[in-house]
Amino acid sequence: MRRFDRRAASLALVLVGAAWHVSAQERYGIGRAAAPAEIAGWNIDIGGNDGSNLPGGSGTVERGRIVFTEQCASCHGDKGQGGLGDRLVGGEGTLASPKPIKTVGSYWPYAPTLFDYIRRAMPLNAPQSLSDTEVYAVSAYVLHLNGLLPADATLDAKTLSALKMPNRGMFVGDPRPDVKNPACTKDC
Amino acid sequence: MAEPDNHPPVTSRRRFLRGAVAGGIAAGSLGGEARAETGKGADNLPPNVPEWMKTPGDPIGSQLYGMPSEHEKNVVRNIPKNAAQLISAASRSPLQDLDGIITPNGLFYERHHGGIPNIDPAQHRLILHGLVDKPLIFTMEDIRRFPSQSRIHFIECSGNPTYTKPYGKTASDLVGLVSCAEWTGVALKVVLQEAGLKPDAKWVVAEGADAAAMTRSIPIEKCLEDTMLAYSQNGERLRPQQGYPLRLVVPGYEGNMNVKWVRRLKVTAEPVYSREETSKYTDLMADGSAREFTFYMEAKSIITRPSGGQRLSGPGFHEITGIAWSGHGKIKRVDISLDQGKSWQEAQLQEPILTRALTRFRFPWHWDGSPAVIQSRATDESGYVQPTLAELIAVRGENSFYHNNAIWPWRIAGNGEISNAQV
Repeated sequence: MRRFDRRAASLALVLVGAAWHVSAQERYGIGRAAAPAEIAGWNIDIGGNDGSNLPGGSGTVERGRIVFTEQCASCHGDKGQGGLGDRLVGGEGTLASPKPIKTVGSYWPYAPTLFDYIRRAMPLNAPQSLSDTEVYAVSAYVLHLNGLLPADATLDAKTLSALKMPNRGMFVGDPRPDVKNPACTKDC
Repeated sequence: MAEPDNHPPVTSRRRFLRGAVAGGIAAGSLGGEARAETGKGADNLPPNVPEWMKTPGDPIGSQLYGMPSEHEKNVVRNIPKNAAQLISAASRSPLQDLDGIITPNGLFYERHHGGIPNIDPAQHRLILHGLVDKPLIFTMEDIRRFPSQSRIHFIECSGNPTYTKPYGKTASDLVGLVSCAEWTGVALKVVLQEAGLKPDAKWVVAEGADAAAMTRSIPIEKCLEDTMLAYSQNGERLRPQQGYPLRLVVPGYEGNMNVKWVRRLKVTAEPVYSREETSKYTDLMADGSAREFTFYMEAKSIITRPSGGQRLSGPGFHEITGIAWSGHGKIKRVDISLDQGKSWQEAQLQEPILTRALTRFRFPWHWDGSPAVIQSRATDESGYVQPTLAELIAVRGENSFYHNNAIWPWRIAGNGEISNAQV
C-alpha cells in the first residue's frame, strides 16, 4: 500500500485540473495515532489459549473465597452451584448425557478466559470494579471449587496460563453443512 | 439466546380484530346479500360519516418523532415472561405482525449481555491496534468521513430457537431473534487499510463498550469481504439497543459477532478465545464434543401468516406468507407443504432477493376448512436445503442449543385456530 502524498495529489489536481479521488488501496488520513497509554488502558483481552496479556500480580484461593462470598455468591450460589447466574461448578461426565451441565470445570476449554471474563464483565452490577489481585483470587477460588487447584494455591499469570482444563480436547471445528435434506417434492 | 420458559401472551392485530368482531362490528356475510353493518361502532361505517372526518386531526408537529397508531400498540417486542433478570437477556421481533423484509427499528430483536449503555457519541472512541502498521484512534466524526455504503442484511441470534421443548407458540416465540435492516457505514476493510495490516494478521478481536465489554474474534477474510462498521440503520442513527453510536455488521454470521457499541478492534494472529466463543456460542454434540467457531447462519424460513396464535376467519382464500434467509447468500427457492410434508410446491419470491437479507415469500391458498399442517422449506443459492428438526437432531443430538434452522410446521384446526405442530 502506498501512502497518500498530499503534495503530489494537489500538484496532480492543479496540473490535470480534473476531479480526483482516493482509490480503495490508498489511505484517507482519517483518525490520529493512538497513544500507547490509550491502548494500554483499553487493551484488556487475555489470550485464552496462552494467557498472553495477563497482568502482573497474584491471588490466593483463600482470598478468593472472601471475594466470591462478597461479590459473586448472591447470583452464583455460595459454592458456585448457580442461581440467578450460571452454575460454575461440577457437571463432569455429563456433557454426553441428555442433561449436560456446562460449567467452568466441565466445559470451559481455557483457564485464562476465566480471568478475562471476570475482569471485563463481572460482577454483573459493577464490571471492571475488581482489582487484578481480586480477579486472580476469585478465579483461583472458582478453579478450586472445581477441584482444579488445591486450597492453598496462589494464581498468577504463569500458573493460570499453565493450567490445563479437563475439557480442552473436546472442541472441534465447524463441519457444516452437516445435515442434508433430500428436498423431496412428491410422495415424501 | 432463547429462554426455555418464554411463552409471552400472544399479541397480534388479528387478536385485536377478533376482539372488535366480538365487540359488535358484525361483518356482512361474504359474497352474500348487500346490507349495511349494524351494532357498536357502526356509527363510523358507511353510510354514516366517520367521526374523524368531522373535526380536524392533530396538527403538524404534534409528534416530532412519529409513533405507530395507537391501534397498533400491541405490536411490540416480545420479552421473556419469567426471566430471572433482563440485563443479559433477549427480546424478539413480532414476526407474525410484520410485512415485507425490513424490520422497523423499534421492533428489531435485542440481545444484550450487560444491558443497554447510554453512550454520548462525542465521548465514544474506536481504537484500532494490534498487528497494524499504525495504531489509530477514531472519533465518530472521523468514522463518518470515510466513504460510506448502505446494504440490507439480516442479523440473527444463533440460539433461535433451541432444539428442545417446550417450543414457542408463535412465530416470534420460535424464531423472533432475527431481524433485517438497511445498514449504513464504512466497510471495515477501508478502516483496516487505513492502519495497514501486518502480514500475520489473521483475526480481528472486536470489543463493545457495554457493561459486558462483549468480545468476539472474527476471521480477517470476513473482515475484508463484507463486514461493515455501521452507524445508521434504516436511514437514522442506530438505536441504543442496536449499538449506538457504532456497531459491526458481519453479514450472515451469528448475531453475537455483530458486536454493538464497538470501541476496540485488535488485529491478532489467533482468536482470543473469549468466553463468548468458548463457554457460550459453541455447539455441544451428543458425543460430548463441541463445535467452536460456528459462524454461519444456514438457510431458514418460517411462515409468519398464518402462524401460531392466529386464527383463520373461515374457509376460502388465505395467502400464506413468510420470510426466508441464508448466511450463505441469496434465497433461491422456497417450497410450501400443505399436507404435513407429503408434497411441496414452489412459493413466489418477492423482489428484491438480496444477499444475506430476509426474502419475503408468498403462496396463494384456498383453505377447504379441514385440519391441515403447513410449513415452508428454503433453498439458498449454494443449493443447501433447510432441514427438518428430525434431520438436525439425528446428526447433532438435542444438546446443541445453537444453529437450529429447522423447518417449522403450523397446525391448522378445523375451527381455524393455529398452533405449533412440533409437539
